Amino acid sequence: MPISFTLNGRSRTADVPSSTLVSDLLRDHMNLTGTHVGCDTSQCGACVVLLDGEAVKSCTLLAPVLAGRSLTTIEGLAKGEKLHPMQEAFHTQHGLQCGFCTPGMVMTAIDLVNHNPVPTEAEIREGLEGNICRCTGYQNIVKAIQAGAAAMAASTTAAAA
Amino acid sequence: MRDFAYHQPATVPDAVALLGSVSESRPIAGGMTLLPTLKNRLASPSALIDLAGLPGLQSIEERSFGLAIGALARHADVARSRLVATRIPALARLAGSIGDPAVRHRGTIGGSLANNDPAADYPAAALALGARIVTNRREIPADDFFLGLFETALGPDELITGVVFPAPKRAGYAKLRNPASRYAVVGVFVAETANGIRVAMTGAGNGVVRVPEFEQALATSFAPEAVAHLRLAPDDFASDMHAEAAYRAHLASVMAARAVADALA
Repeated sequence: MPISFTLNGRSRTADVPSSTLVSDLLRDHMNLTGTHVGCDTSQCGACVVLLDGEAVKSCTLLAPVLAGRSLTTIEGLAKGEKLHPMQEAFHTQHGLQCGFCTPGMVMTAIDLVNHNPVPTEAEIREGLEGNICRCTGYQNIVKAIQAGAAAMAASTTAAAA
Repeated sequence: MRDFAYHQPATVPDAVALLGSVSESRPIAGGMTLLPTLKNRLASPSALIDLAGLPGLQSIEERSFGLAIGALARHADVARSRLVATRIPALARLAGSIGDPAVRHRGTIGGSLANNDPAADYPAAALALGARIVTNRREIPADDFFLGLFETALGPDELITGVVFPAPKRAGYAKLRNPASRYAVVGVFVAETANGIRVAMTGAGNGVVRVPEFEQALATSFAPEAVAHLRLAPDDFASDMHAEAAYRAHLASVMAARAVADALA
């Protein structure tokens, strides 16, 4: 069935079977392989994308749900060569090791900070309940999100000024 | 996952008509249980009836007696609702403890109640608070709604449209979360209602149940100590890879005491 939606700010139409998962749509039909599939059972969070700005697990989302809505993936964050402040923070704070979980971590973090601009460490850890990392043990991921939240606040202030 | 036809009805009567007329069809709301079930091929319906477009079912409204919550209200909506936090704060906290943030952005209260997973959170709240499940054709008291393992009083072409919750004098919820699935190993919801103390337990085995032993003890003294050392018989609990029956029976008392403390906080 044809499905029209906004993907990373651009209007797109995909003609796929209604049973297509959004994670498969992105990776196999849209050539956007930044969204990773770790567990495929809604637990690991590597596949998290933003649906109308809200973090959702794309491995547990049917493509027809996208009709008329806006989807943002990890590829939609950077402006040209300039990384999103949250991506930059993961880089500078060493918030990753192998990087497999990172796209989902970054998308979840952006949703978290949009709802809660100055999250405490406890709130960040609670917010990451649905994102599993098997390398770093979360310490630097939490630091990265704290730094990313501050950078997002600063860029909002700068944009408003 | 096998392919299926996909219907997006715009009204409740249209959705009900499709469920009645399209063979092997299943309704889908957030899909947080159904989609994993389809992926595992534990079910392979020929058609899905997507309920997301049904109007007016996401509302959370105040009533003189409490709250009316639409079937499509998501866990995140209930968790963030100021109205729920004011009238039934334990319900808001419960909703905020389901799954994880991404799951809470999709999963709905109607879906959770219709699925009646034996370890789900919402059935415990509905049963303890004496909620009424509103469908396209009737209102079903929670006492008559939950019939055991994934079984409810819903007919095959009957849809939940909302839930009405009488506000309790006070209520609390506590659970031990399975660290992987985040479902309750055992969860206990206690409520002091207009009809007395009601206690419902999820995760014990075959579905949510009331716990008369806890209700009687709390009617005498609404304090954590009243239930903390009250041991339920392990025979009524399930043993599985996550917990043995004796451990679940022990957890029931611990969670009941914590739920009372939550209600008193």
